[in-house]
This record gives sequence, C-alpha cells and structure tokens, in this order.
Amino acid sequence: MANITLLKAVNEGLRGAMQNDPSVLCFGEDVGPKGGVFLATENLTSEFGEGRCFDTPLSEDGIIGTAIGMAMNGLRPVAEIQFQDFIFPAFDQIVSEAAKMRYRSGGQYTVPMVIRTPYGGGIRGGLYHSQSGEAYFCHTPGLKVVIPSTPYDAKGLLIAAIQDPDPVLFMEPKALYRSVKGEVPDENYTVDLSTLRSVKEGDDVTVFCYGAMVPVVEKAAALAQEKGISTNIVDLRTLLPLDEEGVLEHAKRTGRVVIVHEAPRFCGYGSEVSALIAENVIEYMEAPIKRVTGFDTPFPNTLEHHYLPDERRVLDAIEQTAAY
Amino acid sequence: MSPTPTMSKSELELFQILNHEGELVDSLPKLSKKELKHLLVSMLRVRCTDGRMLNLQRAGRVGFVGTSTGQEAAMIGSAAALKKQDWLWSGLREGGAAVMRGLPLSEYVAQMYCNANDTAKGRQMCNHFQHKGSNYPSWSSVIGTQIPHGVGAAFAAKQRGMDEVHAIYFGDGASSSNGFHSGMNFAAVWKAPCVFVLVNNGWAISVPARDQTRAATFGAKAKAYGMPAVEVDGNDALACYEATRLACERARKGEGPGLVVLNTYRMAGHSSSDDPTKYRTEEEVQPWLDRDPIARLETFLIGKGQLKKGEVKTIIDELNTEIDAVIHEQEAADPMSWRTLVEDVYSEVPAHLRHQYNEFLRIEESYGEARPGDGAFPL
Ligand SMILES: Cc1ncc(C[n+]2csc(CCOP(=O)(O)OP(=O)(O)O)c2C)c(N)n1
Ligand SMILES: [Mg+2]
Repeated sequence: MANITLLKAVNEGLRGAMQNDPSVLCFGEDVGPKGGVFLATENLTSEFGEGRCFDTPLSEDGIIGTAIGMAMNGLRPVAEIQFQDFIFPAFDQIVSEAAKMRYRSGGQYTVPMVIRTPYGGGIRGGLYHSQSGEAYFCHTPGLKVVIPSTPYDAKGLLIAAIQDPDPVLFMEPKALYRSVKGEVPDENYTVDLSTLRSVKEGDDVTVFCYGAMVPVVEKAAALAQEKGISTNIVDLRTLLPLDEEGVLEHAKRTGRVVIVHEAPRFCGYGSEVSALIAENVIEYMEAPIKRVTGFDTPFPNTLEHHYLPDERRVLDAIEQTAAY
Repeated sequence: MSPTPTMSKSELELFQILNHEGELVDSLPKLSKKELKHLLVSMLRVRCTDGRMLNLQRAGRVGFVGTSTGQEAAMIGSAAALKKQDWLWSGLREGGAAVMRGLPLSEYVAQMYCNANDTAKGRQMCNHFQHKGSNYPSWSSVIGTQIPHGVGAAFAAKQRGMDEVHAIYFGDGASSSNGFHSGMNFAAVWKAPCVFVLVNNGWAISVPARDQTRAATFGAKAKAYGMPAVEVDGNDALACYEATRLACERARKGEGPGLVVLNTYRMAGHSSSDDPTKYRTEEEVQPWLDRDPIARLETFLIGKGQLKKGEVKTIIDELNTEIDAVIHEQEAADPMSWRTLVEDVYSEVPAHLRHQYNEFLRIEESYGEARPGDGAFPL
C-alpha cells in the first residue's frame, strides 16, 4: 500500500500491466523519454525499453489506426491521446473501426486495446485542452468508456481495461491528477468494469457523478449536510456499459436525483441517466430529475470556473430537489 | 557540423544569403536600408516580447507562453515577404509576425492576459492570437487544422479574382497531421495561390524532427504532391525572406503552391510548461547558440555600415519600454463580462442558453456576486 496521486496510480497501473503481460505496450505523442506531458508514462521507456513505450509521429489518426491493427494481431496496445480534445482526428478510427470490428466480423476479429486520454477543465487550457467528450463515445456501441475518480480505481480500472477483450476509452480527469491522493495496493488488482462506486451513503437526494465532478459533489454534500440534507453520492466510473441496475437501485433509494457532469448538457451523459430512471422507476420519484452541467457552449478560458459546475450550483440543485 | 535536428543531409544544401558569420554568400534581396533595419527591429521585438511574457508567466500573471526564441528570422523574414492583402495562417509561434503585420501589441498582451480587452473575449488559452485587420485568422490548438483552411481560402481568393496569397505556417510535427496531407494535395490539384511555410525547429514537444518522418528532408515531401520546395537556413532572415517571396510570386502568378522549409531550432522548451532537459542534451543546443538569427543580421548590418555597434542595445531598451507600457495598461483591464460565457456560440443567444445563463446568474446573485452588466437575458 502506498498513498499516491491519481497520476501515479495510472503510471503504476501501466507498469503493472506491462510487467504482467509482454504484449502490452504504450505509445503516443511524447510518452517516451519525456514520460508524457503529464508524466503518466514516466520511466516506462527506461524500464521496458523503446520497443514497449515509445513516441509516435504527430497523428492521432495514425496512433489509433495502428493500435487497432496491433490489437488485431496479438498485441495489447495502450495508446495515449495527449489531450482528449485532440482525439477527433482519430474519431473515424475509433467509431467506425475499433468499435465495429467485432460486430462486422461476426466475432472473428477483435480489438482489445485501451485509449488513455486526459479530459476535463480546470487547468486554464481554454477550448482545446479542457473538453469532456464522453457523450460522443458513449453514443458508440462497441466501445467501453471508463472514467476513474480515485487513485485506487484508476489503477484497478486501468488494469481491467487493458485485460478487457474490447476497446476501452479510458478518460483520466486531469484536474484530479495531482489533487487527489489515496491508498493504492502495490500489487496488480482489477476493479470490475460496469460497476458503480458508492462514494457516500445518504437518504435524501442521490447525486450521480463521475471523474472530476466527484470531489465537487462531495463538497456540495458537506454543505447540504449543514442544512440538514443527507446526500447519497454515486460515482458511475464506467459510463458504457453502465451498471443500470445499480443506478436504478440508488435512484429508488432516495426518490430524488441530481446528475452532475462538466460536459455540456444537451445530449450529454446525464440525459441518458435521467431517461433510464424516468423510464424504469418514475413511480419512485418524488421530485423532477435535475442536471447540473457545463453550459451548452464551447469551453471558455478566463471564465472556466463559472463554466464548470461548482459546489454552489450542485448545492442549489440538491436543495431544490430535496425541497420539492 | 551538420545540424542534426534538421532533416537536410548537409547544411550546404540549405538556401542561405548570409552565412553563419553574417557574410553575404548570395545576392542581397531588394530591401532598402529602412526595410533591413525594420527586419532587425521586428525580430528584436519578438525576442523582447517573449522575454517579458516569460517573466509574467513566472510571476503568475499569464498562464502559458510558447516562445519563438531562436526562430525569429524564420517567422519575421518569411512574413516580411507577404503583401498587405495576403493572409497568414498561423501555427503555434507566429504571433510576432502578426505584430509586425499589424496586430497591435496591446491586443497581443491582452490575449496573453485573456482579459476583457482580448478580441477573443478570453475564450482561448494564452498565446492564441488573431487579428482580422491584417488577415491573421484565429487559430486552433489542434495541430494541422489550419492547413486545409488556408488552402480553401486560397481557392476562394482565386475563384473571386482577388490578388491574395495565403501563407500557411506549421511545424515539423504538424507535417505528420492529416491536415498537412490533404492540404498539400488539394492545393496542388487546385493550383491554389498558397505557400506552405514549414518551420522545422527540430522538435515537436519532446519528439525530434528525425522521428516525424523518414524522408531525407521535409522538402522532399513536396515532390509527391507535385509542387516545388526549397530548404532554407531558417536562421538567415534574408534567405527566409527571399525564399518566401519567390514562392509567393509564383503563387500570385497562378503557377500554384510551393513548400518553403525553414530549418531553425527551438532554443527553449516547447512552452513554459515544458522541461526540455528531460529529452535533449546541452551538446545539442550549444551549436545553435552560435547561430543566433538576430546576431547574424546584426553583424551583417554593422558590416554594411547600416547599424552602429551597440545600437541593438538601445533598440532593446526602447522595445522593452514600449512593451512594459503596454503590459502596464493591460494589467488594469475590466473584469470579463459573464455574458461572454454564452455569446458568440451562434449569431444570437438561443433560448436554451439564455435559460442556462439566467439560472447561473440567479445562483451567483444569491451569493451577492453578480455585477452590473452581467444582467439576465429577457426570455
Ligand atoms: C492534434 C493535436 N495533437 C497533439 C497536440 C499537442 N501538441 C501541441 S504542440 C505539439 C507539437 C507541435 O510540434 P510542431 O508542429 O513541430 O510545432 P512547434 O511546437 O515545434 O512549433 C503537440 C504534440 C495538439 N495541439 N494537437
Ligand atoms: Mg517543431
């Protein structure tokens, strides 16, 4: 056990997976000697050699397209996209190819690969270093989409993703890279994909969230507690395939639901969670389902702290939902 | 010694007008005494501005700086060859060229501060300039995307009978992007009046230029697309000027696009967030210190009797005074209007965004933090 950052946990997850399985390799822009712009792949080249952790030319389309071929031929590639904002040149390869290979080949060809990418705001990166694009990928059958919010989950989910037989988009909340720390076992372990994490149990309002919004919701819940409202916080952590049963259980438990994400609202991930609950357990609902999200705009720079849901906005939604 | 990070087989192949010692080795471009001096001052302004911005970054006043130190000749020399009506499509580091072409320094600094005077309304991260008045479009952080834009705009200029050349700047790293391939191909097929200016500074963050391609030179790529290329000593302002001028002249006459490769070196880290000692050695950087593009032009002008010894020092002092005054003025900008959060997404703020904004404002008001001008939208 060691008390480490989420960033370090990613690094350890990669190292563990590479030690465990010689077919695992990491590549992307600046992941080699520099160790990645955030240092997620630090020291992997020196430990495993240039054949296992290496830099590529500047082409996301090339990175993902070649990763697919590697995965189809016996390797377990872990490709890094430096910022999630730069994934779109590879959108075609992810959406049309990786996600559909198993289906279109009747299960003859598969793409067991992981795409790691830092996402989200809070670092003053403006439009193109801050986006949360999970909804684009959650609309793509054939992909798995995972977002950890703790160091323990980061390592365990990453190793599970690497072992998974299907393509997994592993989105890392860069705002939490160095700001959260937690106990992480030294040995390899997995956290099952498609399972929720109960962050805090409560009786009045259930808040569903993931990634960098989890600590924001925890702060808001502490403020709500002062006002006598007990919040039940759920970290979804695998967005696709979602643990639907778990979501419905938690929704029923309080009959009042708030969903928080930093991505824009319209057709955002919260729409799906809201619809799932409305379709299945509306009779348990005692208040309208509320969403707290980023604005339906591109991501700003100077005003990013107002774009991002903060504890004020989350608290307001919790209070309104509790009072309804 | 061959400049390893550049892709040329030997330095001798590079087009040079001034050699490393600042001596004339080819014919002098038709530039007046005043224009030559202007080149030098513009290069110095870039260096001084970068220095000041780095200081501000270290002081926590601006968030991020990507300097052009070492690349001043490439940027300034080439951009000086453009005409007023031409467009400059920017890569990461051409802000200084934009200033030379008309971007007011105050707007440049406001953009670095991302404050209320920023013409992009504080939406882009630092170091992402624009200036409509001198045909310098807003650029995206997404590498290579501007390349086909420039080609399309050149096509439009041709279609509309405008006398415009579109100079499309990008780095060695960007030459691996999809935008490069489609841009080069379309431009050649369409004979679009554009010039591709590839600034090979040896590095794409930590990836050396030699690992972007196995082509012997970046210029070699042009052949496959059916356009000419020239490999230039990017630390020779006069060669950068002349090579770009010739390529523009060809494009302007309707003879099609060309690729100008400016071989230079990124003296500092990729940006203020980068530590280059993790991936490159001092020995690699050292020889480039002796090839400083500003010192080279300075030596030449002194030799020609067009500049006095020590005059550069005076120019630097004047430039720093000018820049400091602008910084001083920008420190005092108004706070950013919150309404900018939802404006400019569309030509008008649609109903759902007005709702979202008003909700946000309601909460801020309950904490007493909304200000005049942040007013709710009528629904
Ligand atoms: C599509 C895309 N991928 C990755 C990045 C991250 N990134 C920013 S600058 C850069 C290197 C650019 O190198 P080059 O084109 O040579 O320009 P230079 O920085 O040397 O001026 C990278 C990889 C990006 N901005 N866009
Ligand atoms: Mg470069």
